[in-house]
Amino acid sequence: MTSRIRGVSGWVAAVVLAAVCVLAPAQAAVMAPARSSALQIIDDRGAQVRLKHVPKRIISLLPSLTETVCDLGACDRLVGVDRWSSWPASVQGLPRLGGLDDPQIERIVSLRPDLVLVAPSTRVAPRLRSLGLSVAELDAQDLDQVRSVMSRLAILLGQPERGAARWQALQQGIDAVARQPRPAGMPAERVYFEVSSTPYAAGEASFIGELLRRLGAGNVVPAALGPFPKLNPEFIVRADPTVIILPAGEAAALAQRPGWSRIQALRQRRVCALSPAQVDVLARPGPRLVEGVRVLADCLRPLGSRP
Amino acid sequence: MTLRAAPAGRAGAWAALGLLSVLTAVLGLGVGSLGWEPPWVTLAADPAGMSLIGDLRAPRTLGAALVGALLGLSGAVAQGLFRNPLAEPYLLGSSAGAGLCMALLLTVGLPWSLDVGWWARLGLTGAAFVGSVAGVALTLSLARGAAHTLRLLLAGVVVGVVLGAGTQLMMVWSGEAWRVMQAFMLGNTALLGWPACLLMGGVLVVTLPLAWALARVLDALSLGEDTARTLGVPLGTARSALVAVLALSTAAAVAQAGLIAFVGLAAPHLARPWLGASHRSLVLASAWVGGLLLALADVLARWIIAPQELPVGVLTAVIGGVYLLVLLHRRRA
Repeated sequence: MTSRIRGVSGWVAAVVLAAVCVLAPAQAAVMAPARSSALQIIDDRGAQVRLKHVPKRIISLLPSLTETVCDLGACDRLVGVDRWSSWPASVQGLPRLGGLDDPQIERIVSLRPDLVLVAPSTRVAPRLRSLGLSVAELDAQDLDQVRSVMSRLAILLGQPERGAARWQALQQGIDAVARQPRPAGMPAERVYFEVSSTPYAAGEASFIGELLRRLGAGNVVPAALGPFPKLNPEFIVRADPTVIILPAGEAAALAQRPGWSRIQALRQRRVCALSPAQVDVLARPGPRLVEGVRVLADCLRPLGSRP
Repeated sequence: MTLRAAPAGRAGAWAALGLLSVLTAVLGLGVGSLGWEPPWVTLAADPAGMSLIGDLRAPRTLGAALVGALLGLSGAVAQGLFRNPLAEPYLLGSSAGAGLCMALLLTVGLPWSLDVGWWARLGLTGAAFVGSVAGVALTLSLARGAAHTLRLLLAGVVVGVVLGAGTQLMMVWSGEAWRVMQAFMLGNTALLGWPACLLMGGVLVVTLPLAWALARVLDALSLGEDTARTLGVPLGTARSALVAVLALSTAAAVAQAGLIAFVGLAAPHLARPWLGASHRSLVLASAWVGGLLLALADVLARWIIAPQELPVGVLTAVIGGVYLLVLLHRRRA
């Protein structure tokens, strides 16, 4: 529902933008060089990315970046995405260019992008750069980095003011969910969020941990261990979380893990199994974290009051 | 080949292995998410101590040792069978078969909705096991039996590559499978419990005596196939039995802990200079050394940056690899 509203507002913004461009061509012509000098950022590699023109043909090889580009109202400028990008629905019709590990370089080049967005530290970035393409390496592990990626992307897209605006909207969306009060007398939950069964956790320092904190829940993995640490399972048994959130595929076998059946969350059946779609919104640090925080809020709801 | 210990030295080596094993066992029970604490202190001080040690650390340590032992045994059998020092347990397409079957099951989808947790776990383990055996069977049929070492080796490599490619393809298609497969590829001892120990122990109880009994064949094979034949060794049957030992041991280990690299390759080489006078003692020593190596690596994996963990495969490579380099260097000197 919200995604549709956001989609509509995105379209309205695009139409307004188009109207401005059409109605004030002279002004735009004057402004273009002035603005182009501002089309530069420092990406996560620490390198300067500078564009000569506002990019009109963008390729994104990371789902969270695809979603952020669309949220910034530039979905119509995307000409290709990676295999995993699935939101918004409009990107599903775009050419699929493989993943970060197996990108279809030739097809990427033949699409003549003027900006390619990738995650940091991939092999594809230097290759594309050597072929003369503009490549920006961006990713986020916590909310501040989400803000930073949004604002830098907005600058590259030639709409610097939109970055702050969309970040505001995201904040308000999260706050709206977080404002719903915790039932009186309920102690704060201690949450364990499992990313994969190795076991990798999402700790306090990750964006998932920050969203949980906004919801008034604690995390059994302290910030000192980093955003996504690989843990000794014994640590989790000792921490005795009251709620466990994890991908549905792992949830069924949880009680079979040695010693886990005595964890409070399992004894009180407060294990929240996420569907693949729900995993997606929580694995992609971008505009859909509003949906992500809603998923988390549902997981935290006491038994019996889940919708 | 050259450095063979005298009988007295051999007894010393066995004693050293035993001592190290006891030490590793104590460490395995004492090292937890808070680092090292003597297990008896944990038992006395922590009301949950019994559960921590009994449910988590004990099966994990024993499980790691069993995985290592099965891989070490397979490695010794593989190197003897193929008369190739680079042979390893994953060679006959067993690991590739296991991976493919797991990926298949994950992609097609288990009946998660039925909430049959135990069946899901058993399903994955079973799939790995079936796939592993099927991979070896495919290799054997392509090589038209185990009669020709070179043909068997080649068929194994080809099957491994082709099945591995199939797994890659499925991982690309299924986002859900990706997660589990990655844990499988890296190998993981963190979640081993008593059921896993029971299963692997059961397999080891069958395969180790079998390998012991067939060690004479491996001794004969080390002189060359023709010599072995003239010595009157029933090569065909014996070789098939050895392949079965190799496949079964590898499958049991892989199904429980994923692909843990290097143990199967390194354990026989680590054991050979001290205890490898004959294959009879070599298979036993390789299993022991493999178990010790992986148990020790597991302890260090949870100790060094506790409560975080290092990938156990990294540590087996560091410990085993460094020691192997020292051995090589000494042998040359």
